[in-house]
Amino acid sequence: MSTMIESEAEHQHVLGYGTFIKVWVALVILTLALVGLSATHNQALMLLGLLVITPSKASLVFYYFMHLKYENAALKYMVLATLGVLVIFLGLTFTDYLNR
Amino acid sequence: MDASAEGQVTHAEHRDYAGAKLGMWIFVFTELVLFGGLFIAYSVYREMHPHDFHHASGELNVTLGVINTLVLLTSSLTMVLSIVAIRLRRKGQSMLFLGSTMLLGCIFLVNKFFEWRAKFHHGLYPGSEHLMARPPGERLFFGLYFGMTGLHGLHVTVGVTVMAFMMALLRKDRIRHDDFIKLENTGLYWHLVDVIWIFLLPLFYLAA
Repeated sequence: MSTMIESEAEHQHVLGYGTFIKVWVALVILTLALVGLSATHNQALMLLGLLVITPSKASLVFYYFMHLKYENAALKYMVLATLGVLVIFLGLTFTDYLNR
Repeated sequence: MDASAEGQVTHAEHRDYAGAKLGMWIFVFTELVLFGGLFIAYSVYREMHPHDFHHASGELNVTLGVINTLVLLTSSLTMVLSIVAIRLRRKGQSMLFLGSTMLLGCIFLVNKFFEWRAKFHHGLYPGSEHLMARPPGERLFFGLYFGMTGLHGLHVTVGVTVMAFMMALLRKDRIRHDDFIKLENTGLYWHLVDVIWIFLLPLFYLAA
């Protein structure tokens, strides 16, 4: 019974198109901003695009389109753990290559 | 337990919404690690050959890359709207949104086809004489470019194929307002494909 109530609550959140259209508008604006930054050919601004704007876009897709916002904490931690594993691999690989 | 009760058990419709979704998420994690490994390979080689990567990236068609980004972002929107629509019992709208998603996925692949064809015409394809005569960093860049956008394109193809099956299930009312997990899992896969492209755009097309 309690799981019934839980899943009912989980399902209550989306009953319209509005939020998703807003997220899409934000994604398009961020994409255009990214392209604009890269057109400046300024290294710092391009790095900002790569390290801030691109992950922000990915987060919006995960959080809203993939419903992560409405999932339980366990699943959110699983996503973080997966991304954490990738960061660790990236870090270890670079410490290897940069110290050869 | 007697025979008739056993029969009842096997015939009862078994649904495990949370389990089905968790299973799909675990698959999404494996995909993240698969592409993540390729992104790490890209980062290391770019660090080793910054000038070659910069130079080779300038040869990619930025306009086509940006158009394809907008196409995929829009397809993600129509995908999620298709799920909302079926939950609101709007079957027709749901099929229309799903059909739009499939169409946008196909447009993406057509653009990709023209993009790759132009590269092939310039003698740029894995193992070509023209490419092999170039500096090692540029060979690596184009190897990663064809490998990663190719693997991504394969995912788009699989996604559109799965959506064709979902369309049939929607039509037969096998996906309904109270039973839409198959469509939702298709959506999870499609959004993952979108997220991967979100990273491919700045790394390949905007790196010049």
